[in-house]
Amino acid sequence: MRPFIYTRADDVSAAVQAAAETSGSAPANAAPVQFIAGGTTILDLMKLDTMRPERLVDINGLQSALGSIQATDKGLRLGALVRMSQAAEDPQIQRDYPVIAQSLQLAASAQLRNMASLGGNVLQRTRCQYFRNTSWPACNKRDPGSGCAALDGVNRKHAVLGVGDKCIAEYPGDFAPALAALGAVVTITGPNGSRAIPFEQLHRGPDQPERETTLAPGELITGFDIPAGPYTRRSLYVKVRDRQSYEFGLATAAVALHLVDGKVEEARIGLGGVAYRPWRSHEAEAALQGKPLDENSAEAAAQAAFAEAAPRRDNAYKVELGRRTLVRALLEAGRMEI
Amino acid sequence: MANAQGPETTGTVAPPLPTPRKTGGIGAATPRVDGRAKVTGAARYGSDFFGGPDPAYAFLATSAIARGRITEIDDSDARALPGVIDILTHRNVGDRVKPGKTFSDKGYMGTSIAPLASDRVWHDGQIVAVVVADSYEAARDAARRLRVSYADETPSASFDSPGTETVSAESKSKEGEKAGQEKPKVGDAPRAFEAAPVKIDQHYETPTQHHNPIELFTTTCAWDGDQLTVWESSQNVYGYQNGLAEQLGLEPSQIRVVSPFIGGAFGSRGSLTQRTALIALASKRIGRPVVLEATRQQGFTIATYRAETRHRIRLGADQSGKLTALIHEGWEVTSRKDEYKVAGTDASTRLYACPNIDSDVSIVHADRNTPGFMRSPPEVPYLFALESAMDELAYAAKIDPVELRRINDTDREPIKGLPYTSRSLMKCFDTAGQAFGWSRRSAQPGSMRDGDWMIGWGCASTMYPTQVGPAAARVTLRPDGAVRVQTAAHDIGTGAYTVIAQTAADRLGVPLDKVHVELGDTALPPAPVAGGSNTTASVCNVVAKACDEIRRKLAAAVTVSGGPLDGADPGRITLINASVMDDQGRMASLKDAVAKTGHGAVEAYAENIPHGAPPTAMQNLYKGQSALAGGAKLKDRIQFAFGAQFVEVRINARTREIRAPRIVGAYAGGTIVNPLTAKSQLMGGQIWGVSSALHEATEIDRRFARYYNDDLAEYLIPVNADITEVQTIFVPEEDHQVNELGIKGLGELGNVGLNAAVANAVFHATGVRIRKLPIRIESVLDAPVPT
Ligand SMILES: Cc1cc2nc3c(=O)[nH]c(=O)nc-3n(C[C@H](O)[C@H](O)[C@H](O)COP(=O)(O)OP(=O)(O)OC[C@H]3O[C@@H](n4cnc5c(N)ncnc54)[C@H](O)[C@@H]3O)c2cc1C
Ligand code: SF4
Repeated sequence: MRPFIYTRADDVSAAVQAAAETSGSAPANAAPVQFIAGGTTILDLMKLDTMRPERLVDINGLQSALGSIQATDKGLRLGALVRMSQAAEDPQIQRDYPVIAQSLQLAASAQLRNMASLGGNVLQRTRCQYFRNTSWPACNKRDPGSGCAALDGVNRKHAVLGVGDKCIAEYPGDFAPALAALGAVVTITGPNGSRAIPFEQLHRGPDQPERETTLAPGELITGFDIPAGPYTRRSLYVKVRDRQSYEFGLATAAVALHLVDGKVEEARIGLGGVAYRPWRSHEAEAALQGKPLDENSAEAAAQAAFAEAAPRRDNAYKVELGRRTLVRALLEAGRMEI
Repeated sequence: MANAQGPETTGTVAPPLPTPRKTGGIGAATPRVDGRAKVTGAARYGSDFFGGPDPAYAFLATSAIARGRITEIDDSDARALPGVIDILTHRNVGDRVKPGKTFSDKGYMGTSIAPLASDRVWHDGQIVAVVVADSYEAARDAARRLRVSYADETPSASFDSPGTETVSAESKSKEGEKAGQEKPKVGDAPRAFEAAPVKIDQHYETPTQHHNPIELFTTTCAWDGDQLTVWESSQNVYGYQNGLAEQLGLEPSQIRVVSPFIGGAFGSRGSLTQRTALIALASKRIGRPVVLEATRQQGFTIATYRAETRHRIRLGADQSGKLTALIHEGWEVTSRKDEYKVAGTDASTRLYACPNIDSDVSIVHADRNTPGFMRSPPEVPYLFALESAMDELAYAAKIDPVELRRINDTDREPIKGLPYTSRSLMKCFDTAGQAFGWSRRSAQPGSMRDGDWMIGWGCASTMYPTQVGPAAARVTLRPDGAVRVQTAAHDIGTGAYTVIAQTAADRLGVPLDKVHVELGDTALPPAPVAGGSNTTASVCNVVAKACDEIRRKLAAAVTVSGGPLDGADPGRITLINASVMDDQGRMASLKDAVAKTGHGAVEAYAENIPHGAPPTAMQNLYKGQSALAGGAKLKDRIQFAFGAQFVEVRINARTREIRAPRIVGAYAGGTIVNPLTAKSQLMGGQIWGVSSALHEATEIDRRFARYYNDDLAEYLIPVNADITEVQTIFVPEEDHQVNELGIKGLGELGNVGLNAAVANAVFHATGVRIRKLPIRIESVLDAPVPT
C-alpha cells in the first residue's frame, strides 16, 4: 500500500467536489481520487498495490442521505450506502423482491455484508488473479496494452459471455445481475449535476478493459431505483459454487417471472459468474415469452442465453453449467408459492 | 488484562472463567489448559514478540519469474522513501548466509535453494530482496518500488512440461538409503498380475496443495552481542537452532529459538526456511531487532507445500477378492535442486495381505520451490491411489468394499512378514460402518437419491505409522505440589500442553492445575520435531520417566529410618492426592517428603531413547536431529495405527455441486491420553480429508511455472455449511509394545484415506470414477443422471 490522503465528506456535493479535483482522462475506476464506502474492495486492492489512489474520500458520512430503503408501489429505492446485510434482511424486500434479498444474502460473508455498501458492491472488481496480483506482467485491465494472461492461462473462473480478445474477466458480484434483471436505474451525481441511467449501461464491455464503467471520475452513485412489476415477487437467485458459502458463484441466475395460467407473460433474467459484466439475457427472456414454463421452454431459454458463449480451456464447463443453473432457477421460480 | 505476558497470567479485571480443570490424569477428557490464554489473546505467537523496544520491519520482494537470472535491481526509488534503512539482495548477502542442508540430507532446511546467494532464480516467488524500514508500511511500499530486471528462461512447471528431469527416487537418493529408504517388493508381482482373473490397472493424480496456516510466516530476530534470539513459530526449535548455526557460522549455544504457541503448522514449520537467517543477518547489519511478516501470497513460495503426485496402481485378485498382486508406482514433483519426496509405497504396500508386491517411486525435477511435509505427507496421496483402486476392485469383483478389506486383512505385514504390534482395522470398519448405516447402502451406483440430490456412500482405510522419537524433559516438584515440566516440544494446536500436563499430574498425583508446562524454547531440554504424529508418545513417555525419577527420590527419602514412612518398601511408594503413600495406605505430605530429601524441591531430568532408535539418538537430538523410530522401519515388528473412513456425498442432479455433509470415522490409536483433544485432531483431519478431495488445489500457470490462486479467497477449504455432521469414534486398543504408555499418535490418522472415500462416494452417486483430485463440478457435469 502506498501513502494516500484521507478525507471525509459530509454531504453529497462536498464528496463530489473533493473527488472532482482530479483531472485527466483516467477511467473512474483508476482515477487518483476514489470514494471509500465499506472499503472491502478498495482496501484489499490497495494493499495488493493493484489500485493506487492518491486520495480517498470517505463517504460514510452521507449515511442519512444515501442510507435508506424505500419501497412504494412504484418500486424500490435503495440508497448507495445501504449495507448489503441491511437490504438482505429487509422483510419487505424479502417478500416483494426476493431475488434482491437472496443475491445479497448469498454473497460474501456476514462480516463483509455488514461493512459493504450497495454502491461499492456494484463497483467491485474482477477476481481475475492476473489482474489482482501485480507481478503478472500481462493484464490489459490493469496495464492497458500489456496483453491478457488469462486467455491462455488459468481461466477456470473467467467469463464466457460478453468477452473479447482483450479481456475475459468475470464480473463476480451477485447483486448486479439481480439489478440488471429487474431493469434497475442507477442515479448518479457528479461535478456536472445529476443523471440517471439504466443499470445495464453502467458497466462497459471489454473493448477497453481498463475502463470498466461509464462513470466519469468524481461521479457518485447515489442509489438504485428498481421499478415495480408483476414479476418481482416470483423471483429468486440461484448461485452455484464450489462450496456452500462464502464464495463467488461459478454460475448464477437471477430470474423473475410473471406467470399467467402457467404461461410466461414476462420473464426477467440476469446471469452472474459467467459474463464479463452484469448480464441481462434478453435472448432468454424472449425465448420464454408466451411459452408454458416447463423443462423444454426453460432449456430453450438457456440455449438462447448461451448461444454466443465463447469459452476458453478451463472454463468450457461454464456454458453447460450456466444453462443448467438458469433452467434450475426458472423451474424453481415457477414452483414458488406467492 | 493487567498483564498479557504469557499463558500463565490470569486477568484481574475480567472475572476468571469457571475453571474447566476438574479432571486430571491420562485418559480423562480434559479441556485445553491453554484454552483461556488462546481465546483471551494472552497466548503470544511468533510475531507478537517484537524483540525489543525499537524494532525495524522487513518486507520481502519475491521473483516474478520461475527461472533465470537477476540482471539488475534498481533500488533508487525504494531507498528514497523515508524510513527505509537497508535492502538486502544477492549483492550484499552472497555467501554470508550458507544454504544449509535439507532435512533429507541430514540437515534442517526445507530447501537448499539459498535465495540471496547469487543472481540465480530457481522458482516463482523466490526471495530477491529484503527491505528493512522503520515501519511495516514503509518497508512494504519500498519493496514494491524495487525494479528487478531478469534474464528469464523458459521454466518447466510440472509433469508433462518439457525440460523436466525424471529420476528414480531409489537410485538417486544416497541420502534416502542412509535413512533406510527401501523399495518394498515381494514375490513376482508382474507375473501374478498377468495371471490374475480380476484386474485393476489405473492411474491417479493429486494436486499441489499448500498448508495455509492461519498464522502467517513470520520471523523476529534480535541480537544481544553475539547472542541471537529468534521468535518464530516452529515445529522443531532445536532443528532451527542448529540449522541457523550452520547457516550463520555460529555455535548452536549462541542461538535461542522461542516458539511457545503456533498458529497452525501442518508440517510447514517443520523445516527451517531460508528467510530466518536473512532476517538474522538484517538485524545484525542494522543493529536493531527486525520483525518480518510475510504475506499470505508469499507463503505459497517461501515455504513448502504438498507436491502434485501421479500413480499407477495394478491390482490382481482371485474371484473371491483375495489380492494376488499389487504394484504401486508413484511420481512426485520436486524442485530442480532438491530431492524431496514422500515415497508413500512404504505404507501402501503394507496395508493388505498380498503375496506379490512391487513398487517404484520416481521424482520429477521442475522449476519449482521445494515441496515438504504436509499432514500425513506420504499417506494422503499414496492411499488416495490405493484406496480408490481397492474400491474399483470391489466393483470389479462384485464384493462390498468393506468385505473386500476384510478378505485382505492380515496380522503380518506382507513384505517381510513382520507382526503388527496391533491392528484393529476391521474393528474400525465394523464400528464406523454401523454408526454410518452402511448396511442400508444399495450397491448399484446411482441408485440412491434424495429429491434433487444424488447420494453416494464411500469408504476407505486409513493408516499411519506409529513413531516415537528420542526426547528429554525436566520436571520439578515443589513442596506445595506445584509442578513445572520443561521440554522443547511443540504444541502445534494439537493439545500438547494439555496431554503433557495430564501425564505429569497422573504420575505425580497432583491436580492438573498444579502443573505448569513450558514448551517450544531451546532453553529447555530437547524434544523431537512435531511431525510424524510422535509428540504425545515421545514426550509423555519421557515426562512420565522424569516423574518416576521424582517418585523414586521421594520414596527413598520418606522410607529411611526415622522418615515419615519408615520401613515401607520404596518400590511400592505411590504419589496420590498431593501426598506420598505406601502400600499400607500410610500417607506423608509432599511438604514433609520434599523436606526429607534435604532439597527445596525435587527435580529430575530424563532422557528417553525409543525402541529401534540408535544409541546416539540423544546426542543427535541435541543437534536438532529427531530420529523417529517405528512404522515400517523396525527390524522386529511393524507398528501402525489404523482406522476406517466413511463419507456421504450429495451431488445436485442438475447443477452438480458436490457436498460431503456427513463423515463418520472410527480409529484405533492405542492409549487415548485425552479424548477431547484427540477427537479434535481426528475431526480436523476428517474435514481436511474432504477439503483435500473437493477443494484444495494450487493452480499453476504452466507457461510460467507460477502459482495462480495464492490467497484464501481463491484457495478453497470447506466452510461450516459444507460439513454438517462429523462423527469421530475411538475403537479401544491396548498396545504397550509401541511404548510404555501405549500411545500410538493420532495427529495424522484422520485425514488419510478420506480423499479416496469421497471419490468412491462420488462413483457410488454417479457411476463416474474420478481419479484426479480435486473433484469439482466440471468433473461430474457430464455424468448421465442415473435413472
Ligand atoms: C473475501 C470476499 C468475498 C466476497 N464474496 C462476494 C460474493 O460472494 N458476492 C458478491 O457479490 N461480492 C462478494 N464480495 C465483494 C463485496 O461484496 C464487495 O467488496 C463490496 O460489496 C464492496 O462494497 P464496499 O462498500 O466495501 O466498497 P468499497 O471498497 O468502499 O468501494 C469499492 C469501489 O467503489 C467505489 N465506490 C464506493 N461507493 C461508491 C459510490 N457510492 N459511488 C461511486 N463509487 C463508489 C470506490 O471508490 C471503490 O473504487 C466479496 C469480497 C471479499 C473481500
Ligand atoms: S482477463 Fe482481463 S483482468 Fe484478467 S488478465 Fe486478462 S485483461 Fe487482465
